[in-house]
Amino acid sequence: MALSGIAIYKLLPKTNCKDCGFPTCLAFAMKLSQQGIKLSACPHVSEESKQALDASARPPIQLVTVGTGERAFSVGNEVVMFRHEKTFYNPTALAVRVKTSQSREAIAATVAAVDAYSVERVGIHMRLNAIAIDDAKGDPAAFASCVEQVSSITKMPLILISKDPRVMEAGLSKVAGRRSLIYAANSENVAQMAALAAKHGSPLAVQGDGLSQVAEVVEQANKAGVEELVLDPGARGFGNTLNTFTQIRRLALKSKERLVGYPVIAFPGEGSISPEEEALLASQLVIKYAGIVVLDHFAPHHAYPMLTLRQNIYTDPQKPIQVEPGVYPIRDPGRDSPVLVTTNFSLTYFSVAGEVDGSGMPAWLVICDTDGLSVLTSWAAGKFDGAKIAKTVTTHEVGSRVDHRFLLIPGHVAVLSGEIEEELPGWSVLVGPREGIDIPGYLKNVWTARLQGAKK
Amino acid sequence: MPAILVPTEKWAGKVREVTLGGDSRKKVVVGGETTLPFLHFDGVIPHAPAIAIDVEDVAPQNWSPVLGAVWGDVMREGLAAWARKAVEAGADMVALTLRSADPDMGNTGPAEAVEAVKKVLAAVDVPLIVYGPGIAAKDNEVLVAVSDAFAGKRLALGLCEDKNYRTIVATCMANGHIVIANSPIDINLAKQLNILITDMDMPGDRILMDPTTGALGYGLEYTYSVMERLRVAALLGDSMTAMPMILNPGREGWRFKEAKTRDGVPTQWGDLEGRGIAWETTTAIAQLQAGADILVMRHPKAVGLVKRAIASLMATNY
Repeated sequence: MALSGIAIYKLLPKTNCKDCGFPTCLAFAMKLSQQGIKLSACPHVSEESKQALDASARPPIQLVTVGTGERAFSVGNEVVMFRHEKTFYNPTALAVRVKTSQSREAIAATVAAVDAYSVERVGIHMRLNAIAIDDAKGDPAAFASCVEQVSSITKMPLILISKDPRVMEAGLSKVAGRRSLIYAANSENVAQMAALAAKHGSPLAVQGDGLSQVAEVVEQANKAGVEELVLDPGARGFGNTLNTFTQIRRLALKSKERLVGYPVIAFPGEGSISPEEEALLASQLVIKYAGIVVLDHFAPHHAYPMLTLRQNIYTDPQKPIQVEPGVYPIRDPGRDSPVLVTTNFSLTYFSVAGEVDGSGMPAWLVICDTDGLSVLTSWAAGKFDGAKIAKTVTTHEVGSRVDHRFLLIPGHVAVLSGEIEEELPGWSVLVGPREGIDIPGYLKNVWTARLQGAKK
Repeated sequence: MPAILVPTEKWAGKVREVTLGGDSRKKVVVGGETTLPFLHFDGVIPHAPAIAIDVEDVAPQNWSPVLGAVWGDVMREGLAAWARKAVEAGADMVALTLRSADPDMGNTGPAEAVEAVKKVLAAVDVPLIVYGPGIAAKDNEVLVAVSDAFAGKRLALGLCEDKNYRTIVATCMANGHIVIANSPIDINLAKQLNILITDMDMPGDRILMDPTTGALGYGLEYTYSVMERLRVAALLGDSMTAMPMILNPGREGWRFKEAKTRDGVPTQWGDLEGRGIAWETTTAIAQLQAGADILVMRHPKAVGLVKRAIASLMATNY
């Protein structure tokens, strides 16, 4: 567990030499305790203190980086069992596996599709993270050739799968310097696999049957100087992975058990009876503690919900996702369509957008910048008032999109009606329902009648 | 070999057990857990989560075409056929929504509501959940009539919200039914409603709690964390959060364009049928991991997938 600032201070030279860029050793220690700076910034720290601090600085679940360049990903470094306790930091990496037994054409097609896949949600482009290459033939030359082929198609990080160190070495030699994940060291090959990991600067997956066997292999890998590890305790299926991965997370966080303080890797396709079941298990693994999930099937209709789930679960509960302020057309609205005003809290946006969409009636949705606060909260905080709404309507030229001059506001802020009409001459405010769920009924009945009345 | 001892959590609290159905009919018991979902090494999970399937008393107008393709025939054939097919598809319970009572959908009254419930009870022998149309005044009207007409059948009736809880609770108490206490994705409001309901002397083992489903991509993370917090509070010993939870991944998962729209959406969204089913199952698996005891679902394939997942999660011999 990380040391407090004071505990770190005791291990520093206490000379206040300022060589680290901080005015005092205490200030440096405080920054260090918040993990805002590296110990190496202090040129004078003793070797002894360095070891003590390095050990304490290692997070309970090791951070492991796979790949290089802009598509590299990091997993681990999680600090809580439940996202509401703080947040989950490093989203589960999703990989797709190809096998040397497949044709080169099939492999090329899968890799290119996975590499190109990118889908947008709330302004964020979500992608898959890695390609796993499985040595299905036990043949070094075939593996090397496959690794070479894949690496020529994609810059995504690679996971190389073979239990044979000779095969692994043949594959690694084709992607030197790319920090591919080696899968896997086990109790038989750990010496050679750890040597390969050390030589290539690669992270290493450790495979065993159960936690004790995994811990034993981890111990040997650590002795060989390999610290960036990923665990496969052999669990497969819904129940087994949930229980085993929960135990690993709990051991790492609560018992400070270093030997299992690493991210875990899972293979939901193994044991699943269909791609649908594999995708569902993968979703459970995103929620419950997998660092890396290796899929045997890639299909956009499964990737999209899986990536959306990952975005949901890894959102910081303290910092709600904000929607970009502006005017959002729903169902191709026209000049007679209603204009609804609300806040940019993502849940507010999704509720309102969802209800309007569900009503089947096209509409314009005007989203005001309320710093991500909901309707009542932002109104109470003075961030959702007449001036803000008027400014948003004017800035985004809402008047040029419709022929009518009605603004529909949430029922909870009916009190803003006068203010808005004062700020926006010519516009009339309609007070909508308080709850999103009542919007379809309102649009169908009240809005339609109002519009027809105004036309007459 | 290094000895790895897994620390176990011994919780003081326990989720309440609620029995639905019974009498001369099949019954389903939910709740009773002394641990977080499916962690068999920590505690006891006496009952698997149950699956209900949605049926409505009039053919729905704006359901996804994917649902229309599987339920279309029985929707036209009538409520009894629909309920029977739901049970064939694996439903442990049937969830009937009295949609025709909605002023926009026919504005039917108590007599039609009682008739609809009678049809379903005659067609299948599993427990029945009955939802009003979701408009408080109409809910009260039709649910009270149903409650009186089927006293002793241990139906689950909802929604029971802060607006109308007195009426629904009173009638459920008088007739031996179960209330579905619904609150808007908020741990304190959920607890508050349970307190109000128990203050009316409703027994704690006749309350199901619905903390409101935010579907995948539509607030799932809020529902998920509220559920986890409610369940942790229950296990810590808070009896006012210890009611079994009922969620609606079917209704919510199929409500948005992700599960409805085939054309004019990005190609990265993929095939509509698979996407819609995955939208429902992904919402459901998240809710199971957060403590759902009853999932109200829609697509038979989604039900099959989730039932297999539950069987694996309930097994202890892997």
